[in-house]
Amino acid sequence: MSSREDILGRVRANLHRGATNAAAAREDILAALSNRSHGPKPAIDGSPQALLERFRLKSEQQSTTADIVAGESDVPAAIARYLTTMSLPKSAVAWPSLAALDWAAAGLKVDGRGARDADPVGITGCFCAIAETGTLMLCSSADTPATVSLLPETHIAIVNASRILPCMEDAWALARKELGVLPRAVNFISGPSRTGDIEQTVVLGAHGPYRVHLVIVAD
Amino acid sequence: MEIKSMRFKANASGALVNTVLQGNLKTSKGKFVTRRAETIKELDDFEGTRDAATAIRNRVIDNLDLWLERFEQKALDTGAQVLWARDGAEVCRLVTEIALQHGVTKVAKSKSMLSEEAGLNQALEAAGIQPVETDLGEYILQIDNNEPPSHIIAPAVHKSLDQVADLFHKVHGTPRKTEIPALTREAREVLRSHFLSADMGLSGGNFLIAETGSVALVTNEGNGRMVTTLPKVHVVITGIEKVIPTLEDLSTLMRLLPRSATGQPISNYVSVLTGVKKPAEHDGPEHLYFILVDNGRADAVGSDFHAMLRCIRCGACMNHCPVYQTIGGHAYGWVYPGPMGSILTPLYAGLEKSIDLPHAATLCNQCGVVCPVKIPLPDLLRKLREKQTERGLRPLTERIGLRLWAWAALRPKIYALGAGFGARYLKWLAGGTDRIRLLPAAPEWTLGRDFPAPQGKTFRELYAARQKPAKETT
Repeated sequence: MSSREDILGRVRANLHRGATNAAAAREDILAALSNRSHGPKPAIDGSPQALLERFRLKSEQQSTTADIVAGESDVPAAIARYLTTMSLPKSAVAWPSLAALDWAAAGLKVDGRGARDADPVGITGCFCAIAETGTLMLCSSADTPATVSLLPETHIAIVNASRILPCMEDAWALARKELGVLPRAVNFISGPSRTGDIEQTVVLGAHGPYRVHLVIVAD
Repeated sequence: MEIKSMRFKANASGALVNTVLQGNLKTSKGKFVTRRAETIKELDDFEGTRDAATAIRNRVIDNLDLWLERFEQKALDTGAQVLWARDGAEVCRLVTEIALQHGVTKVAKSKSMLSEEAGLNQALEAAGIQPVETDLGEYILQIDNNEPPSHIIAPAVHKSLDQVADLFHKVHGTPRKTEIPALTREAREVLRSHFLSADMGLSGGNFLIAETGSVALVTNEGNGRMVTTLPKVHVVITGIEKVIPTLEDLSTLMRLLPRSATGQPISNYVSVLTGVKKPAEHDGPEHLYFILVDNGRADAVGSDFHAMLRCIRCGACMNHCPVYQTIGGHAYGWVYPGPMGSILTPLYAGLEKSIDLPHAATLCNQCGVVCPVKIPLPDLLRKLREKQTERGLRPLTERIGLRLWAWAALRPKIYALGAGFGARYLKWLAGGTDRIRLLPAAPEWTLGRDFPAPQGKTFRELYAARQKPAKETT
């Protein structure tokens, strides 16, 4: 007998699986999958201004920094300012989807591609953001490679204020509506990577970025 | 992993007099507990969320066979392969076969307790494949002669900063560093080269999502993302009980897991991984394997210990356990320590091999109170004690003692005689004071505390004495 049949066989026997209870169980499964009911969610003010404020506050509590600009065309200059203030290199890797922004005008050298080990700065957008916990939701694709938010020591993310949603449940609903199927990797990111493995003392910068900076576009 | 739980008493006694370990336990004591208490306050309906999470887990384990079939079908649809393993040996065989098939020489591992159950690192090394632990805690243990973890979330919690500093200096051959950020950077640099050169990434799975055939991984360090993004092969090894229905259910559980584990409102990285790299994509594995592992779980389904399968491995029970906090995790002798471990070890590794574990608890129910999925841990520990007695696994002296007691308890006059003798003997032992410093019949009991002395008469004698004057007045 294959391991699969052995394991499933014992689970079935222990659950006294028969034709009748199987039919009822299948109905329960279909109901669970189609209803997609959710548990209690925190009460979050859904007005755009309140969502933006909460998202920013919760992000900062995760040691993320944030800046707000009026429109997308202001983004390169805002990133250049941040890199100058932090004494970071002016060269970066960015999602190919962002390659069209006028980076050179802001004095930045930006390559649109997947990240390599030595890239100091990675610039991404995000699929949406979550106000409940100050979290970014990134979806992988050819135009939005996952390495850009992972390998560089500095991760800068561009967030459109209109894409800030209250909870993770809202993010899934938006993904189903806009993407249909899930991409290979959905990464929820909440601040710089960290570890507490030595004496349960939290330090920033474990394997991923040391710092995460947001440029929020007010749109 | 070899089970050493039969040495629990000796291990625990050793831990109590190990001043280095006691110091290290004291350093970390209460940090997770305090942070958890703070972050659960952010939830308007914490109890309701716990109830919802309990219902999600029950929904799956009550019909586990059908949910597994559903998950398997969805995972296959995404291009993943699904394999099944009865036990640790089969996990080792399957992972080794996959590695050989893809010409893998190095495996970068994100933390997986199931790989500890299986003893996977030793099996890979035996096959000439290099396993590299990339979770900082697990890495520290691996380079320290493959020491086993002592906590499921913070595997190296028993080690001090000084010990890690010495270890890195010795193993890396670098100048000794004394700051935690500097040590973390040193590990980052060593491990980065492994992430980039490994041909296979291996991870556990916090949840398997039936709706989409995905695995959800929860990490803070980013190593989970590395091993599932850079190598060309990704292998997920996880218990068969880890299925949840929908992405909404993941959202509910994510309100509880990080808060219960480390006291964070959310972990840094929550990754939901579905299928393999698309042709135009820059990153992601070309091959994805799920190994669904039984290793004792299938037999727990529908048993007295069914509720244990709800466990989401947060570690809150051990963080709040007075026994765990006093002796640390190694004394428990297998992969899982603390209250959840004292149940899982007998179930997965054998009740006869872990005779003391169901007794390694005060039954104070701190674990039951904090469990995010409301597992009645003290009840299950008590149930295991019953099973031990039924199977005659308790020591001979204890069995004879209990038989004698039961025989006497059914004979009230003999029982009264024995109790009267006992009360007077204990009073005599106290020598006129109100406490007994050493109980000759149970010297261990009075090793760290005194036994309160009875005043010399049994309850029944006192009751009879009070009834007499009462009768006279009526």
